[in-house]
Amino acid sequence: MDHTDRRIINAFQGGFPICERPFEAAAESLGLTEAEMISRVAALRAAGTVSRFGPLWHAEKMGGGLTLTAMKVPGDRFDEVADIVNSFPEVAHNYAREHALNMWFVVATEKPERIAEVLAEIEARTGLAVHDMPKVEEFFVGLRFEA
Amino acid sequence: MTERGGAERGRIERPGAQRRSQGAERPRPASEGQSRNPALDALDRAIVLATQDGLPITERPYHAVAETVGTSAEDVMARMTRLLNAGVIRRIGLVPNHYALGYRFNGMTVWDVADEHVAEAGRRVGGLDFVSHCYQRPRHLPDWPYSLFAMIHARERAVADQLVERIAECLGPLSRGHLVLFSSRILKKTGLRL
Repeated sequence: MDHTDRRIINAFQGGFPICERPFEAAAESLGLTEAEMISRVAALRAAGTVSRFGPLWHAEKMGGGLTLTAMKVPGDRFDEVADIVNSFPEVAHNYAREHALNMWFVVATEKPERIAEVLAEIEARTGLAVHDMPKVEEFFVGLRFEA
Repeated sequence: MTERGGAERGRIERPGAQRRSQGAERPRPASEGQSRNPALDALDRAIVLATQDGLPITERPYHAVAETVGTSAEDVMARMTRLLNAGVIRRIGLVPNHYALGYRFNGMTVWDVADEHVAEAGRRVGGLDFVSHCYQRPRHLPDWPYSLFAMIHARERAVADQLVERIAECLGPLSRGHLVLFSSRILKKTGLRL
């Protein structure tokens, strides 16, 4: 990742244009060519420096369900349980964290009522309690990382 | 309560538009925002499906989406503009892998704040420029008394510790206790799936 890559990342964590040739418009604001912008974004995406490129959808505003859950997983079952949890397509993110509640995952569903079903299925398949912590209020979302 | 000017590495750029500053109107409950937004029609949903792995990285990405969903590029662009303005699309752009950018210390800070103070506490913490997400979530007593969640990210542990300290200072006596849970491993990370 060089200076130009960093400029691209810093400039376009939001505000990517909606127009016929958006890379051309985006490139122009950084003094790059469209071709260079496309190849750099593709390379950053391929290398995993950028985990996603495109619209970030707001699950609840689409009428879907979204929650954060936590599980207390015995150390010797951690990988097995992670495999079960991750096998659900509704599980979007899953992080290991340093606490007795050591597995934290986000469940996103097309229909809100599906959340409870997924959590019950995970409990049934793992034999472990899933603590449901849906957001009550959102105070802020939207940080941008400086590359 | 917004803090600026931290010169330490790992400082993060303010995105501006969305952050609530102290004194801004009280955040509305998620359920309210939900009901105020128009339902998506079948074509909107097709666009969600076509872009859930992202936009094609090609000269005319919206044309490619249009071809996939069977409408015109103009229609796709008009719909996505409307959805962006309605907040159904939070933003369009690159999502960096923060680990790849060197942010190895990603802490979920959780705070035990009395229910009657949580709106004020959320406003304060949500206004700090280094907090990426700030939510109120239900407690799970007796094991889990924490009701206010704030994510922080740093390239060095010492900086992460300073950020936690700044949140603690900003909350003062509103916090009755807190924890920081650092992520030790990403087990799964995908976009939203429908």
